[in-house]
Amino acid sequence: MRKIGVREIEDMAVGAAVLGTGGGGDPYVGKLMAIQAVKEYGEVTLLDPEEVPDEALIVPSSMMGAPTVSVEKIPNGEEPFRSFNALEKLLGQKIYATMSIEAGGVNSMIPIALAAKKGIPLVDADTMGRAFPELQMTTFNLNGIKGTPLSLCDEKGNTMSLHTINNKWTEKIARAVTVVMGGSAILADYAVTGAELKKAGVLGTATKCELIGKAIREAAVSKKNPVEAVLEVTGGVKLFHGKITDVARKTDGAFVHGRAALEGLGEDKGFYAEVCFQNENIVAKKDDAILATVPDLIILLDKETALPVTTESIKYGARVIMIGIPCDNQWRTPKGIETVGPRYFGYDIDYIPVEMRVQEAANK
Amino acid sequence: MKNWRIGIDVGGTNTDAVVLDENFNLISSIKCPTTEDVTSGIESAMHKVLESSNIDKNRIGYAMLGTTHCTNAIVERKRLKRVAVIRLGKPATAAIMPMADWPEDLKAAMNVECFLIEGGFEFDGREISPLDEAELKKIGEKIKGKVESIAIISVFSSVTDSHEKRASTILKKILGEDFPISISSEIGSLGLIERENATILNAALVEVARTTTESFVKALEREKIFDVKIYLGQNDGTLMSVDYAIKYPILTIACGPTNSIRGAAFLTHMRDAIVVDVGGTTTDVGVLVNGFPRESMVAVEIGRVRTNFRMPDLVSIGLGGGSIIKLKENGEIEIGPESVGYKVSEKALCFGGDTLTATDIVVAKGLADNIGNKELVKDLNFDMVDKVYAQMTFMIEECVDMMKTSRDDVEVILVGGGSILVPDKLKGCGRVYKPENFGVANAIGSAIAQVSGQIEKIFCLDEMERSKALEEAKHLALEEAIKAGAGFESVEVIDVEDVPLAYLPGNATKIRVKAVGDLVIS
Repeated sequence: MRKIGVREIEDMAVGAAVLGTGGGGDPYVGKLMAIQAVKEYGEVTLLDPEEVPDEALIVPSSMMGAPTVSVEKIPNGEEPFRSFNALEKLLGQKIYATMSIEAGGVNSMIPIALAAKKGIPLVDADTMGRAFPELQMTTFNLNGIKGTPLSLCDEKGNTMSLHTINNKWTEKIARAVTVVMGGSAILADYAVTGAELKKAGVLGTATKCELIGKAIREAAVSKKNPVEAVLEVTGGVKLFHGKITDVARKTDGAFVHGRAALEGLGEDKGFYAEVCFQNENIVAKKDDAILATVPDLIILLDKETALPVTTESIKYGARVIMIGIPCDNQWRTPKGIETVGPRYFGYDIDYIPVEMRVQEAANK
Repeated sequence: MKNWRIGIDVGGTNTDAVVLDENFNLISSIKCPTTEDVTSGIESAMHKVLESSNIDKNRIGYAMLGTTHCTNAIVERKRLKRVAVIRLGKPATAAIMPMADWPEDLKAAMNVECFLIEGGFEFDGREISPLDEAELKKIGEKIKGKVESIAIISVFSSVTDSHEKRASTILKKILGEDFPISISSEIGSLGLIERENATILNAALVEVARTTTESFVKALEREKIFDVKIYLGQNDGTLMSVDYAIKYPILTIACGPTNSIRGAAFLTHMRDAIVVDVGGTTTDVGVLVNGFPRESMVAVEIGRVRTNFRMPDLVSIGLGGGSIIKLKENGEIEIGPESVGYKVSEKALCFGGDTLTATDIVVAKGLADNIGNKELVKDLNFDMVDKVYAQMTFMIEECVDMMKTSRDDVEVILVGGGSILVPDKLKGCGRVYKPENFGVANAIGSAIAQVSGQIEKIFCLDEMERSKALEEAKHLALEEAIKAGAGFESVEVIDVEDVPLAYLPGNATKIRVKAVGDLVIS
């Protein structure tokens, strides 16, 4: 158990953007919300999952909707609070603590703001260990935990509760309601017990985000290599050093698809690489060999600062280091690979863990 | 005929001035050191450029100024107005109150009062809540005599600005028609916090803008130049009238780099190229696309406040004519970012000074015969000189490469006083152009600038065909440009961007159109 305040939030926001693997949105608005909440209500208690009683009720808090809306119509701050109160009434039980649904953008920060306001702890865990675009892409779902009953709330005070037959329907209905609510809404879903959380969650994500942010901040001061610092705290591997030479993007309905081409620099001079993305980075190749695929994390870091380059901000000329971080082991099960593996995103590639691919390439 | 123009551009090191005739031929140009108060530097540049040639002052009909007054006021936290911030969006947006991450000293310098009241819109134009007019009237009475300027910001004012306009009308009834009110839909684009920040800064700067333009008029009158039309340069490379500049002073921020890119385009008649502007302390590399600077996608910070202005997309490095060269014991060479700035003509070795600068390297290499005294640098080690020169060239090539949009060779235009540092051949580049009068490209850019109009709106394409929405957007942008002073015949749409909003059904699309035309010369 420890306290988190403004400094920790700043670091977590940077780290969450790294684990956002190119997606997850800009954490600026989320960060300001969390900071305002801890300034007003005091610091937040961060619980190690081991400290959570088995029978306690834990509920993630998150935003659903268009990032473009959330940077303009900023939440009021009451929404997560109200959606939690509604869910408590529905379940007839007090919620013991909250947590993040994913690492990245706004969704790492909303639970902090809520925890401060409601005076409940934040559990050091999430349900992805990274960012993914759809509501059923959680390790809770892999473990057969349903997203509903859930409650959804807008800034005006409208609250809706939802019971569905499966998590795909939840995604469909909740998204339609979100549009009526003005394009963004706050969710309380995937209620679990402490015991379920310990088994089905990705544990330690909040601390991991903080350590990444701290490593980048301190490297900038001490003039250490910031990318090395990130690799050290994440157990990641360096995949490619290069310069962006081409970017193509296409928006179809909800998602931005695209690919970025890289030309090698330094030790990778003479080689070429490619990253394919759909909101988040999906597949990385070096010449014709696959370097890494989802569900492992593929991240482009600015070569000088190690700050993450999002799929929206990739542009020609940027000097980047591509790194790979092994995903949580739950994603490496057959069901995990079926839910978020390369084939789900339309790439006919077998999933091989990134560290094995790197080892293989080194042996050649 | 009063159809000549004088253009002045204030840079970090120098204040440049030019006089152009009716066909944009350069009649006279001058460089003066920029002064701390900025104004006296402008006055002496103006005086010298008029004095240096026998110009019939009666012929000057237009005066254009690109200045750093507003930037400096924010950075120095001086001469800022007391501002009331009124945000229309309740019950939304309370999770981040206005100025949440502003530096405390800047907030204190503006003595701000913030209000959040009901109003504002959804992305599709529905009201979040009706505008709370009663509350607005109460606020008007409360702040009467306490604040000097007001910023009004409504949620999604880029979709519809009616609440902001109505709020302004109500407040003016209480505080007087002339009370300065800045409304966000006229200042920034999507992104509430960033647009709000820019609107607040704008409100705080109204006095700076007024005194700047007044002192410019006085300086002209002192030179016996009367009845001229005065314009200020904006960050997108176009001009605004004095009336407009007093209303939107924040738009004068960062017009310098834009002016030199536009000047480069004018001097070479090129529409697409990379522009390398080498000054006394830094080199800025920008991109000319279709005659205008390419804009940056990244949020710009002014005085540590985040805004959503689109500045020219630039990379800057600390390499200029005055950059100090340090030779380390381990054989490494350090070039800049420290610089002797405009004092290069006293401090550099080739001018009899005691500091080894980038200028000395090119003089020692025999590449700048008309600068300084070559004898004074003849003892410099030849290998060292070659090595430093190669490293300087590499620095520039790296910058150019970062700004290229494809792997193909690009054409490069070299401008700025320090451009003698750059060789005629650069890796990854086609021809390198060094136009005549390259040294005052920025002041020329300021003098020849056009006027523009821009709109950014969200359209719901389920309710309206895409082609119709685009037509409407273009029409609005053209109207804006004409309102700003563009000639009807010359005005054209130069940029159209439409971006669908991710995760939203209903086909909501953001359309941004920019139109530009020549200034009407009466």
